[in-house]
Amino acid sequence: MDFASVLMIEILGSIAILVLISIGLAVVFGMMKVINMAHGEFLMLGGYVTIYGTNHAGFSFWVSALILAPIVVGLIGLLLEWLVIRHLYGRMIDTMLATWGISLALVGGMTMLVGNTTTGISTPLPSVSIGDFSVSGYVIFLIGLAVAVCALLYALFKLTTFGLLARATTQNADMVAALGGNPRRIYALTFGLGAALGGLGGAALAPLTGVIPTIGASYIAKAFITVISGGSAVIAGNLSASALFGTVGQVFTYIYTPVIGEVALLLTAIVLIRVLPKGITGRFFRRSI
Amino acid sequence: MKLTRRQALGAFGAATAMSFASRLSAQEGPITVSALYDQSGGLESYGQPIVDALRFAVDEQNAKGGLLGREVKLNVYDPQTNMQLYAQFARQAALSDKPAVVFAGITSASREVVRPIMRQFNTLYFYANQYEGGVCDRNMFATGVTPGQTVEKLVNYSAQQHGGKVYIVAADYNYGQIIADWVKKYTADNGGEVLGTEFFPMDVTDFKTSISKIQAAKPDYVWSALVGGAHISFYRQWKAAGMLGKIPMSSTTFAGGNEHVILTPEESNGIMVCQNYLQELDNPLNKQFVTDFHARFGANYPYITELGMGAYQGFRLWAAGVEAAGSVDRMAVIEALESGISLDAPSGRVTIDPKTHHTTMDVHIARVENGGLIPVETFEQQPPADTAMVCDLIANPDDNQQYVIDF
Repeated sequence: MDFASVLMIEILGSIAILVLISIGLAVVFGMMKVINMAHGEFLMLGGYVTIYGTNHAGFSFWVSALILAPIVVGLIGLLLEWLVIRHLYGRMIDTMLATWGISLALVGGMTMLVGNTTTGISTPLPSVSIGDFSVSGYVIFLIGLAVAVCALLYALFKLTTFGLLARATTQNADMVAALGGNPRRIYALTFGLGAALGGLGGAALAPLTGVIPTIGASYIAKAFITVISGGSAVIAGNLSASALFGTVGQVFTYIYTPVIGEVALLLTAIVLIRVLPKGITGRFFRRSI
Repeated sequence: MKLTRRQALGAFGAATAMSFASRLSAQEGPITVSALYDQSGGLESYGQPIVDALRFAVDEQNAKGGLLGREVKLNVYDPQTNMQLYAQFARQAALSDKPAVVFAGITSASREVVRPIMRQFNTLYFYANQYEGGVCDRNMFATGVTPGQTVEKLVNYSAQQHGGKVYIVAADYNYGQIIADWVKKYTADNGGEVLGTEFFPMDVTDFKTSISKIQAAKPDYVWSALVGGAHISFYRQWKAAGMLGKIPMSSTTFAGGNEHVILTPEESNGIMVCQNYLQELDNPLNKQFVTDFHARFGANYPYITELGMGAYQGFRLWAAGVEAAGSVDRMAVIEALESGISLDAPSGRVTIDPKTHHTTMDVHIARVENGGLIPVETFEQQPPADTAMVCDLIANPDDNQQYVIDF
């Protein structure tokens, strides 16, 4: 019984990690159709902001990870949008090439700045005992964080003027412009929001995995698989795809090995895209966000 | 200007004399040593200290007036933890540097890429890392420790201290797989039991599930043969799950990549390791070495790793071989080394074992404590017993393979 609850926490933890690494991409790709190959590097930057904020600038881990990282990476996102992305809206393949270039530049730049060794940060929060077992308290925090991020994002899209405009712009930018909105600004802010969420995800994962300038590469594939399988609804799609893949990956990892877990996750994704080409929310939960 | 015949001949003569002179100085020019070690791509925390130690060794040699009166030049390549680049750079080094010796390879996977290439191009090869043992190749010298020297000692020590039930976590390539076999063998030898074995590819960073599996298995201790930057997450998550100190951990890879420096004391104190060299060793030669090394690289140098020392001692053994042979000719140096070259190094006495081309040396069991390694027990002058069981290059000089234990 104890072990069942431990396994449950680990499955939820895996789902939470998938949500955190892919939700920023879901906003940028799902809403704006920008194939952001630099999303993994946004995660990496978030990790570095956290480590430097905690180890060198004297902020607490929570301030660095939950406030500094999203703000700094969000601003970097706004800058990159203004420099590169804004010239490429509506040209999906070109955004892929341009953001791939950005990704290479960010990896190279960070390597020059901080070197190429894995740096890390101690995991905050003590462990939690469950009968004979103990699990990382930090994993439980991640589950809470993923829930909070989804709830806040839902509120933002559903309850604010910005959210309404953002949703309208993704559907029909010309109509928004005709009604007096400013699609350029909406796009910029949406891209910044996606980058900030990436920064937050990277910050949250830094204590678990350590950070190295090339770490983005290990996240980007999973993030894209989750977002594409989720389909067009940003939050519902992301949550349902993360829940499916997190569960499958974790259960197979437990029964067999981490390698089999990864394989099972990828096979599930292939089958899912074959059966539901428009992703989960292309078929179910259509009216959700 | 008109050139008379005499002037022309004179000029021609001068030119030929010049070319002879330059050829002579080419022969008497620097001795090249090539080094291929990963300084990026995931294994940099192992590679950087090795490259530093080699640079130190070469500078020290040149400060003594070089080797056979010639300057030693070090060419360093970075294969970036990429086997294709290992193959490419190994060929490039062997063909264009014309090195007297090549020091290369951290993982066993990379060694098995480099080794045949060096054989093919008749270039002497030194592999200076601890590894799983069993390579039998007259063109290669291994100056790192092997399982018979370390794994056996640490398995016996851990079983005595905690009990014989062990759970193995290891990196998923030849090194990890073979080390796991050795742990199984030595555990069976002293009546213990292996409760589980898990292998992780080099890029895995999520160990949550394995940690719960270990908790469910309730072993007496955990054996780690994890390798590389990504696997540091295991120790971090082990601590985060409240397991550090609850179930003891022994490892022959921990600290090789400065894990004890990268992790905080709260994440690493109490882990047991077994190595040929510890920076803390209390002998005059080592004290002097650490002082000189810090003078060259700064007093805040993270740690002089066993792998770095392996390369330093390897270089010193090779240089002793060259001096004994009186030349850098490959066969002459091999034969000189096969006479059983021996020297006093910071880790203690190190001696080339002629039959296996491996090294006899001291090993120390140590406890990780506040970013350092505190010696607990010393085993002096351990021969490479595992490889000696299968390899005799004096009797079979043409042998060229890696023997693997089978049970």
